Amino acid sequence: MMVTVTDLEISRGGRAVLEGVSFVLAPGAALILRGPNGVGKTTLLRTVAGLQPPQAGSISGADDRMAYAGHSDGLKSMLTVAENLSFWAAVFGREDIDAALAAFDLRDLAARLAGSLSAGQKRRLGLARLMVTGRPVWVLDEPTVSLDAASVGLFAAAVRAHLAAGGSALMATHIDLGLEEAAVLDLSAFRAAPRAAQADEAFL
Amino acid sequence: MSLWEYANPVKFIRTTDVVLPWVSGLAVLCLTVGLIWGFFFTPEDYRQGSTVKIIYLHVPAALMAINAWIMMLIASMIWIIRRHHVSALAARAAAPVGAVMTVIALATGALWGQPMWGTWWVWDPRLTSFLILFLFYLGYIALWSAIEDDDTAADLTSILCLVGSVFALLSRYAVNFWNQGLHQGASLSLDKEENVADVFYHPLLLSIAGFVLLFVALVFLRTQTEIRARRTRALIAREQQG
Amino acid sequence: MRALLARDLRLGVRAGGGFGLGLAFFLIVTVLVPFGVGPETALLARIAPGVLWIGALLACLLSLDRILALDWEDGSLDLLATAPLPIEGVVSIKALAHWITTGLPLVLAAPLLGVLLNLAPDGYLWVLVSLAVGTPALSVIGTFGAALTIGLKRGGLLLSLLVLPLYVPTLIFGAEVARRGADGLDVATPLMLLAGISFGAMALLPFASAAVLRINLR
Repeated sequence: MMVTVTDLEISRGGRAVLEGVSFVLAPGAALILRGPNGVGKTTLLRTVAGLQPPQAGSISGADDRMAYAGHSDGLKSMLTVAENLSFWAAVFGREDIDAALAAFDLRDLAARLAGSLSAGQKRRLGLARLMVTGRPVWVLDEPTVSLDAASVGLFAAAVRAHLAAGGSALMATHIDLGLEEAAVLDLSAFRAAPRAAQADEAFL
Repeated sequence: MSLWEYANPVKFIRTTDVVLPWVSGLAVLCLTVGLIWGFFFTPEDYRQGSTVKIIYLHVPAALMAINAWIMMLIASMIWIIRRHHVSALAARAAAPVGAVMTVIALATGALWGQPMWGTWWVWDPRLTSFLILFLFYLGYIALWSAIEDDDTAADLTSILCLVGSVFALLSRYAVNFWNQGLHQGASLSLDKEENVADVFYHPLLLSIAGFVLLFVALVFLRTQTEIRARRTRALIAREQQG
Repeated sequence: MRALLARDLRLGVRAGGGFGLGLAFFLIVTVLVPFGVGPETALLARIAPGVLWIGALLACLLSLDRILALDWEDGSLDLLATAPLPIEGVVSIKALAHWITTGLPLVLAAPLLGVLLNLAPDGYLWVLVSLAVGTPALSVIGTFGAALTIGLKRGGLLLSLLVLPLYVPTLIFGAEVARRGADGLDVATPLMLLAGISFGAMALLPFASAAVLRINLR
């Protein structure tokens, strides 16, 4: 099943930022969103994740099939790495966390409290969460922030394995992950024409 | 031609611009005549003396304190269901007016209670209910002013208004249960014999009409202000973007 | 759902979870009252049920902003909203976890603190019962307030302002049960009404809290 985004219009803070965004994300495919700061990458990803409603257009195939990773990882500093992962696995009705720990090189840290991890380690844990959800569509917002080169390699490998298993990924990132199979979508082309958001139109 | 057309902000301003002077004028007329009649041309109550005349402020203010909340409740529901911006802004505009009406009712009640009951304040069910209503107004106003995004604020305050109404009713029932009270029953009702005497009744009706018109005028005016403020922000946003 | 409850309980009792803070606050309020009104035992006995109820209510209020704010700050709420749990379920579980970590200890501590206030012998049972029936309503109403103020900086004071009037009916009926119980009077009517508020709030308010949370998340 594909994720299909059709003629999407989104706004942030009462202003239209993007319009006419359309793309298709097939199983096994990855799509990387590019564009300058403020173009609306985060807003688009949150909209696809269902956290905010679009102003116009439609999204199909993402509901209940998608795992979202935003700027913050949703970690509890007073829980251990393993407890954090197990919790998210249980929320998504699953149990196995070993594969995720292994894929992000977290085995040795499993018993540490998440609060004692470095920023890069926390990010790895946040990304490992995606694997335990068992959901086919990953929606990632700047997943490589604070990761070093080796960790970026781990992440790229995890994404590749996910795609190979029939999953798909939609991500906003600036760095080159070495995913040559990934398509790139530059959002600058969809910038909304300068006008008020729909909410304000009635007042003009 | 449907009533909902007036939910368009521009149309609302155009219409209320025409209506507002008439409503304000009538409000001033009713209040002046009603209050002067009530204060100077009614006999003194055989038991309460001249203190009874505060009724011409107390009863209308108390009525409007409750009616303002009901109006906000209806406006909030219209916003939730039909998402008309004017409706949300009207609810916002009515809140401070309602809060002031509540304060007037409480203050005149205290002034009236002092000579009658020998105390400024008793924890009587009616007084207590109004105090709680005042707290609801405060919370509602505070929530409006705390949220930056207009539509989010409208959504959240509407839900607060709905939930608050349920709890306000519960509180009303609870305080009745908690203390039976000194306050007399309703002074006005359509089906009861023991309404206030006719000499007091007519000026009272006039001042109630005055308060209603005053409320309508203030809400129109404040809603216009809210719409214009919102319009200004939208225009500035467009300038910056263009 | 069970995983969420287990996690919240675990977080509640671990260091920094704030477990026990509410209890300590309850103790402080109870100790301060005699300093304020004087040591006369007859007076203390008379006001004890009310003081215990107000102390429990304030202790509950103190911990409300933790119900959702921590999960909001670290992004967990965004992730929970995309998880296969209904948000109504999430807020109900959050309220339940709050009740277990804050409300229940207050209920159990109230009879002990009643000793300090010279509570009438008949009162112990009814203070316990009324708090046990009433504190769930406090948690559920508090969760609604927490959901309303979640995105606001310095939402704490506003939260108190919003929640306190909503607490009035619960407080009135709860304290009435405790007071009548201590005086040896019939408690059936206020107890029914208290239970009605509690169950009503538990059944209906999660929908309002979830609606508010969805608005705040977008």
